[in-house]
Amino acid sequence: MLALSTRGLTKTYKNGVHALRSVDLDVEEGDFFALLGPNGAGKTTLIGIMTSLVNKTGGTASIFGFDIDKQLERAKSCIGVVPQELNFNQFESPMTIVVNQAGFYGIERAEARVRAERYLKQLQLWEKRNSAARGLSGGMKRRLMIARALMHEPRLLILDEPTAGVDIEIRRTMWDFLRDINAHGTTIILTTHYLEEAESLCRNIAIINKGGIIERDRMSNLLRRLNTQTFVLNTRGALQAAPPVVGFGVRLVDDHTLEADIGKEQDLNGLFVELSRLGVEVLSMRNKINRLEEIFMHLVETGGQAAATQAASGAPASAATRAFHG
Amino acid sequence: MDSPTRVPVQPSLARTRWIGFKTIVIREYSRIVRIWGQTLVPSAVTATLYFVIFGNLIGRRVGPMSGFDYRQFIAPGLIMMSIITNSYGNVVSSFFGAKFGKHVEELLVSPLPTSIIVAGYTAGGLIRGLLVGAVVTLVSLFFARLPVAHFFAIIAAALLTSTVFSLAGFINAVFARSFDQMNFIPVFVLTPLTYFGGVFYSVAMLPEWAQRLSFVNPILHMVNAFRYGFLGTSDVHVVAAFGLMLLLTVALFATAVQLLSRGVGVRD
Repeated sequence: MLALSTRGLTKTYKNGVHALRSVDLDVEEGDFFALLGPNGAGKTTLIGIMTSLVNKTGGTASIFGFDIDKQLERAKSCIGVVPQELNFNQFESPMTIVVNQAGFYGIERAEARVRAERYLKQLQLWEKRNSAARGLSGGMKRRLMIARALMHEPRLLILDEPTAGVDIEIRRTMWDFLRDINAHGTTIILTTHYLEEAESLCRNIAIINKGGIIERDRMSNLLRRLNTQTFVLNTRGALQAAPPVVGFGVRLVDDHTLEADIGKEQDLNGLFVELSRLGVEVLSMRNKINRLEEIFMHLVETGGQAAATQAASGAPASAATRAFHG
Repeated sequence: MDSPTRVPVQPSLARTRWIGFKTIVIREYSRIVRIWGQTLVPSAVTATLYFVIFGNLIGRRVGPMSGFDYRQFIAPGLIMMSIITNSYGNVVSSFFGAKFGKHVEELLVSPLPTSIIVAGYTAGGLIRGLLVGAVVTLVSLFFARLPVAHFFAIIAAALLTSTVFSLAGFINAVFARSFDQMNFIPVFVLTPLTYFGGVFYSVAMLPEWAQRLSFVNPILHMVNAFRYGFLGTSDVHVVAAFGLMLLLTVALFATAVQLLSRGVGVRD
């Protein structure tokens, strides 16, 4: 069954901005799905239409088969949403916020209190349950919105940049939590600017740019398209120039750092054999940038055309990466 | 963070609506009680000042009004004035605050239909209006003996007036984009209409053209219907006054639901 299905979904704002241009998108039940795109690509508009915070201009959309035009109440009952911006009453306590939210979905208060205890404990907010929400840290506020979204135990959880501004330790704990929820049957749609997050969590991916879907594939298929990866190597001894490694593009970054381009058909053993033959000892190695980030940038820049061939060029994506993060 | 256990619960739509409505009412009631210093006390202080200045000091020189002691005459009007301003003020500030703080989205993404959201906020206005009305009634009893001529007229007028102004406050909040816009109607429309609505005087004292103009003011009809319940006297046709209140209730409710369904002021 499809958790989400859109056909020809269009949104034009009053100021004339075409936020969505005939978007067709299917997300299977049980999936952990990444919806990626640069700022202003249309991700939040798409989520807004699903959750009825934005009126669509055209097209159709359904949630678990419930058409949002004909069975909106049923469709909305299936969704839990964690928005990008904080949208709870800062003067209320976490307990009040989550119990009230359950009530809006028809959960009696006694049952809501039981669930509140479960989710606030799981998200490490139980100690703060009676404090005013405005006093919570940024990470706690994000987790509170996740707890709130789970109170009616939705079949589809939509997370719009849930870990923005959250430190790495909490972020990884939240990843584990989301994996568990997904493993228990909840379909998850995730938008994020941390592409490492999408690569780590999601099985399927769609990339949206300028209001249109420019790529839709399994995460593993997409990553396989990356023909060249750039590795950063730290060397033991100081180097005066890049070693003349046959068959590999190796550049000197500074006297203890090399960058090497490794093609899909090549292997790292070959590189190390060559470096060893030339007397270069490698202490450590890392990917220069996240693999998904590299593909993402090429897709966004080329509008989804010839993604594989562009990716195959293996050109350093640092300028593009800066543009994306900027 | 441990793994959650999903228990699929799909309450019926009717049950969801009822529990959702109760939840909005509980939230509104909690807000009224939490900030009681802002919600319940000011009207009691204002009413006391009106009774001391207009009732005791000036009222003695004014003499009887429509055959009643002046303090008795103004008491129903002062109670009604507090019901009107508090019903309106509660909904306009609560709903605009929810828009401003974005937590209105909690309701908009929920499966509750717009009619339930409007009804919930209206009930919140009704609760505050009637609570404040009760407090001001208690204050009135310190200054004037209040007879009860028609008990059900008192209850019906209070309920309908509070509902009308709660709905009006909701519509104001839907359109308001700033705190200035939120305050514009109460200051420049509601207050003048209330003061010219026969709270402090009988319209029979006015020249004919002013009387005709006053009859356009719905608050005049509400105040007089309420006063009729206490004193058994009215400057307007009481049945027509109740008809007007019912009509306004239906029209404003339909308007509020329609506006919210279209997403005016809350959706892109």
